[in-house]
Amino acid sequence: MALYGWMLLAPALILLITFAFIPAFETVWASLYSKGTLRRPSHFVGVENYLSLFSDPAFRKVVTNNLIYAGITIPVSIAIALGMALWANAQIIGRGFVRAAYFTPTMLPMIAAANLWLFFYTPDLGVIDRITALFGFPSVNWLGQQETALYSVIAVTIWKEAGFYMIFYLAALQTISPELREAATVEGAGRWTYTRRVVLPLLAPTTMFVLVNALINSVKLIDHLFILTKGGPDNASKLILYWVWEMAFAYFDTPQAATMTTLILVVLGIVAAVQFAVLERRVHYR
Amino acid sequence: MSTVTAYAPPRRLFSLPSLDTLGAWLLAIVWVSPLVFAVWAAFHTPEGALSFKLNAPLTLENFRVAWDAAPWPRYFLNTTLLVTVILIGQLTLCTLAGYAFARFRFPGRDAIFILVLLQLFILPEVLIVENYVMISRLGLFDTILGIGVPYMASAFGIFLLRQAFKSVPQELEEAARVEGCGWFGVLWRVYVPAAWPTYLAYALVSVATHWNNFLWPLIVTNSTNTRPLTVGLSLFGATESGVNIGVISAATLMVIAPLFFGFILFQRQFIQAFLRAGIR
Repeated sequence: MALYGWMLLAPALILLITFAFIPAFETVWASLYSKGTLRRPSHFVGVENYLSLFSDPAFRKVVTNNLIYAGITIPVSIAIALGMALWANAQIIGRGFVRAAYFTPTMLPMIAAANLWLFFYTPDLGVIDRITALFGFPSVNWLGQQETALYSVIAVTIWKEAGFYMIFYLAALQTISPELREAATVEGAGRWTYTRRVVLPLLAPTTMFVLVNALINSVKLIDHLFILTKGGPDNASKLILYWVWEMAFAYFDTPQAATMTTLILVVLGIVAAVQFAVLERRVHYR
Repeated sequence: MSTVTAYAPPRRLFSLPSLDTLGAWLLAIVWVSPLVFAVWAAFHTPEGALSFKLNAPLTLENFRVAWDAAPWPRYFLNTTLLVTVILIGQLTLCTLAGYAFARFRFPGRDAIFILVLLQLFILPEVLIVENYVMISRLGLFDTILGIGVPYMASAFGIFLLRQAFKSVPQELEEAARVEGCGWFGVLWRVYVPAAWPTYLAYALVSVATHWNNFLWPLIVTNSTNTRPLTVGLSLFGATESGVNIGVISAATLMVIAPLFFGFILFQRQFIQAFLRAGIR
């Protein structure tokens, strides 16, 4: 029995070890070594890479950007997703179209989504500038200036993600028994009270699930940067993973990339630990 | 539903839903507008597209130019091969592993399961640098298998199938055993058919994910013979940038068309699939 068990697990385990655990350890290891050159081969430097990373202004800029990116995309896309789900679950005319419209961006590759938005952001000719011009606002180079580049990227992410999270809320809403609504109505609760006091608490586990997904996405969703801004202008919209990609595959500075990756792994590890702890507590409750 | 409305005060029935409908439709229109504009731009000349005149002449020229400008048939083939290879790998590996976690007892099983779950957080996207080294070491650089193999032992898939197998009644397994099935017979005749909806859901999610994946394929491909559609589209946009909105729109629409029409046709199943795969 045990032998069979291990035999069945073996193929998946070998791939997991090869493409998740060994690379993770190698990343940490590589972060402790210097960059090898022809004259001076790579050697152990301890935490030196971390010190040089922390003193790099670009590092601080990129981390700040990613914190802003996460800090805005996560709550806003979750709030929009919740609103979408409540509407997509309500009895409204053309519900099928509304649902499909909300969900459509989820089906698109991020690269394609970025292409679509490129035309919205084009100065003068783009759709956004055409609309703001109607109200007499001047043209704005949304992607090309420091003040707006990051926020323009954030808008695309929210547009892409909200519909995906809506699906989970929609699923949860459909499990809420209609009797709860009847009871609330009999008690004289208005729609707002019912939503706030009955629906939202019941959606809490879904919110937890969506929150973890959104957190992970705020680290890994960087495809649109390749089309929209390439991290510019002057690092204004650069996110951590894009920076890692650039370090490793444009500047060939593997130790710096490994150092940054190690920090990402630590953060994701903390997220994992928190989620497992929460799940554990929920299990004990029941 | 009718019982609910019976209790509601009649005035609210008429005024509030219309406000909801208005809001819902407004948001829906904002949400599809980038796509609508791409369609508009793709079927018009650049002047026509930017004039926003409804009677501007329609043209297919953009599609012709876009189609001739890149090896799209090859990209389509690559992406199709890629999602197929990944799906076959995932279904095989995750079925075996999920079965082991659901129905076999052996020392260390639960510890290993935690390790598997940890992979939900050690994303392949984060390990691009070392995975690139690993793929090159294995001689898989610039191959379809090289793009797909890091995703095959999907923790998500293992977890889903384990849950699905656990909910299969033990009596079914015992009946199969009485009829002389070995562990593989039980798996093939009892568990796989019982978990069919989960397989369908997982397959849809997997195909949609990998049809759209970009960063990792960008890193491990180096030639037309392996590049998937997303990487091809990004290169296309890069060379044509600022040249012609219509042509880029046309190319973008071509890339998203198969998945998009698949979604329109199977909308209900698709959303159900995401629901089932996402919740527990």
